[in-house]
Amino acid sequence: MLQGTLDLLILRTLIFGPEHGQGIARAIQQTSDEELLVEHGALYPALQRLEERGWISAKWGISTNNRKARFYALTPAGRKQLVKETTKWNRLTAAIGRILESEEG
Amino acid sequence: MFQRKRNASDFGAEIEAHIQLETERLRELGLSDEDARAAAHRAFGNVTHAQEHFYESSRWLWWDQLRQDIRYALRMLRKSPGFTAVAVLTIALGIGATTAIFSVVDATLLHPLPYPQPEQLVRVEDDLPGVGAQDVGMSVPEWQDLQRSGIFQYVSPVGGGSVNLTGSSQPARIFFLAVPPNYFALLGVKPQLGRSFNPEDHTPGFTLEVVISDGLWKGVFGGDPHILGRSVRLDNDLYQIIGVMPAGYHDPGRTTEERNTELWAATGFAGPPAPPPVRKSRFLSPAIARIAPGLTIAQAQSRLDALVASLQKQFPEDYPLQSGWRVRLVPLTETVVGNVRESLILLFGAVGLVLLIGCVNDANLLLARASGRGREMALRQALGAARTRLMSQMLTEGLLLALVGGTVGLAILFCAKASLLQIMPDSLPRLHDISIDWPVLLFALVASLMAGAIFGLAPALHAGRLDLIPMLKQEARGSTGSGEQARTRRALVVTEFALSLVLMIAAGLLLRSFWDLLNVRLGFNPQNVMAVRTWLPVPNDPATDVYRTPAQEAPFIREVLRRSRTLPGVEEVAIGDLAAVPLGHSRGDLNPFPLIFEGRETASSEAPLANASIVSPEYFHLLGTTLLRGRFFGELDDEKAPPVLVINEAFARTYWPNENPVGKRLKIRIPGDRSSFSWNTVVGVVADARTESLEDSTAPQMYLNLYQRGAKDLAIFVRGRLDTAAILVGLREQVQFVNPELPVFGAQTLDDALSTSLSVKRFSMQMIGLFALTALLLAGLGIYGVISYIVSERTHEIGIRLALGAQRRNILRMILRQGLELAIAGAAVGLVCALIVSHLIAGLLYGVRPTDPLTFAGVALLLIGVALLACYIPARRAIRVDPLVALRHE
Repeated sequence: MLQGTLDLLILRTLIFGPEHGQGIARAIQQTSDEELLVEHGALYPALQRLEERGWISAKWGISTNNRKARFYALTPAGRKQLVKETTKWNRLTAAIGRILESEEG
Repeated sequence: MFQRKRNASDFGAEIEAHIQLETERLRELGLSDEDARAAAHRAFGNVTHAQEHFYESSRWLWWDQLRQDIRYALRMLRKSPGFTAVAVLTIALGIGATTAIFSVVDATLLHPLPYPQPEQLVRVEDDLPGVGAQDVGMSVPEWQDLQRSGIFQYVSPVGGGSVNLTGSSQPARIFFLAVPPNYFALLGVKPQLGRSFNPEDHTPGFTLEVVISDGLWKGVFGGDPHILGRSVRLDNDLYQIIGVMPAGYHDPGRTTEERNTELWAATGFAGPPAPPPVRKSRFLSPAIARIAPGLTIAQAQSRLDALVASLQKQFPEDYPLQSGWRVRLVPLTETVVGNVRESLILLFGAVGLVLLIGCVNDANLLLARASGRGREMALRQALGAARTRLMSQMLTEGLLLALVGGTVGLAILFCAKASLLQIMPDSLPRLHDISIDWPVLLFALVASLMAGAIFGLAPALHAGRLDLIPMLKQEARGSTGSGEQARTRRALVVTEFALSLVLMIAAGLLLRSFWDLLNVRLGFNPQNVMAVRTWLPVPNDPATDVYRTPAQEAPFIREVLRRSRTLPGVEEVAIGDLAAVPLGHSRGDLNPFPLIFEGRETASSEAPLANASIVSPEYFHLLGTTLLRGRFFGELDDEKAPPVLVINEAFARTYWPNENPVGKRLKIRIPGDRSSFSWNTVVGVVADARTESLEDSTAPQMYLNLYQRGAKDLAIFVRGRLDTAAILVGLREQVQFVNPELPVFGAQTLDDALSTSLSVKRFSMQMIGLFALTALLLAGLGIYGVISYIVSERTHEIGIRLALGAQRRNILRMILRQGLELAIAGAAVGLVCALIVSHLIAGLLYGVRPTDPLTFAGVALLLIGVALLACYIPARRAIRVDPLVALRHE
């Protein structure tokens, strides 16, 4: 996976509301039709990093099936960051797309 | 930034929760318990890796490592107490001494003026370069011009003097300042009790209000809380006390006496006893001023130059162009700090060098120890320790050592503070404000950290460059320094020697200067002579002055002389004014008088100026003055006889070159004194004497007859086998028998006066000497350490050489040569640096050139001698090596 994409995916997933780590991993996997396989262990250092930057906040809570889990939520700063990252990503993919098309043509 | 970090167990719990949730989800999809758990783990990947990742990203990692480093460093320091003690003491000495000198520098040079906006404060000096006169003071109209110019907020001429305070048990003589009412407003200081003068007061004469110092309040008035409004009698005039300045308030004066002013009286300088305010009567003392806000000193100076030019045009008679009248603004800082600056900077530099030498020494010790720990370092590195971690470990040890050393140094400084302040010369400005406060503590901390960085760096760099394989290969021997390390250590020793040499040469030059000063031909004999002072009051109304004219004063003088001769042990007595006390007065006590020579056309404002002492005829014989031509004052030169004058050689040379001055006549103008318009005849020429300064005997000087001129600030000189305390009591009895209102004070022997005049020089010489000795000791220790190390390294080799029949003498010579090479290299580098430094301190030297070959050669030889001695001890150990033992060492 590209550097920084995991951060983008996490922020994107959290836009629908607070979620715990396992939930985030599953959501990424499902929304991408099982295309993106995230190693769950790699998720946590990324969450840690985002939390330190103040883009997400975390607190312990109870999951739907009554288990204790650490829930992550998007902060206003994180929301701004998501918009920025999404725009950047879209520009990047569009650019790469154009290059690939011109090669083929 | 330092928000509480998640701990690792919280992170572990989260991971555990994740595995649980994932297992449950998989189980819901139909997997068995076991399979679900295994799949969850598989999907997660390496749990330990994630945890390590978490730990390393933790912001506290550096803290953990630092704690570890500190713990380890402490253990290492405890393990070798001898090494630690030497290293810590070296640094403690360096930091303690540097901090001590810094506290003086901080109070004196960095904060010389404890007043608001000190940068606005200036001294106003009037110069007449055309007649060779500097700082002659100003006239009242000139002062008013300055006040109105808009260049200044306030201008205050400050006149100091002695005054008799009567009314308490014993007439006290105190030092007072006559200042305009704006004085305290100018300085921006407030009294602790009552009020100060109203700056808008325009009384022409004295306002009859005084402000007193805390010392006078507590000393003479017993701290009376109802002091305000009390009347005191000063030289017969009644004044009212309106305020008490705070304890620790000191005047920004140039002399110790001015700084210790005890009373301030306000005057407009325009009414009696001041002479009429005319432009050419420059009787006001030099002023201090606060320049208008927003102006820099340079801007104020250029506006002032324009003002002076326009005044010169407006009053051409009062300001002839030849006299070159000029008004200079000097930052008050400079006049307060004065000549102490050079000495203090020198001291600070010297003590800094000692600290640096201490650092180099400790760097050397640490390196030596690092080489003993080479294998440990190599092993740790082989086991996976990062080089940066090893380097930070070494650096931590250095810093820790420095901090412990700094703390010990400060502790010593705190204990020794009182006795250190004792040895400071009294003439040091701001002596009372020296303290160990926060800036000083901060300085000590920064100095310690820098020192630690300096001597921790050498072994740290070394640790970062270890070559593992050879290190690990050396099995039982455990240690040898690499060639590179040995080179570093030698370079360090050479540095130490160079620095020490610089310091010792500076000390040597100062010592020689001081010695020369002590052995200078004085031109007078201070032995067994004492001066005791008294002060004749000057009432504001001249009509009530019982000693107004010399004729009125003469009977008093004769009676005191007659009575004093009867005191036990007294052989000779003379009376003079304060300026006649050799080396016992400051520049402010001198009055340069304008001279008018007979037969020479001189405009009044361009008359040359010369200092005068007013003395009774006995003065010359009592001081052993040498007569070159003519005669001294005689019995017949009394108040009725035509006024006579004795001049010194420099005076004769300056004004009558190649002529016989005896019989020439001149007038001495004293503002407001009509008697000064009579001609004075030169009757004698005496040899130049160093009565003004030990360094200089070339100033023109004249002596006036006390019976013909009169003086208020008197000194009674007595020669004989005297007891200081007894003579003061005896003279007081005799003087007060003649006039019970007079104070008798300030007894000092001329030898003391001489010694006091050298106090700052002596102090800096002693300090530098002490620092130089410390430096020598440290350099000796340094070279001893390196040579010992070389010897222990080569024990085996020496053993083989001895076994093969080498002469012990040759071995000794070989070792000594190594030490000598280092010492000579250090001395060579040091000599070059010393040449630069000695030129920088040339201003502090007297009678010795900054390149004095004797000092340079002597100090270099001394240093090399010490080096040889320091090498001889380990070298002797080398030749005592038993070849058998040395070879078995393998």
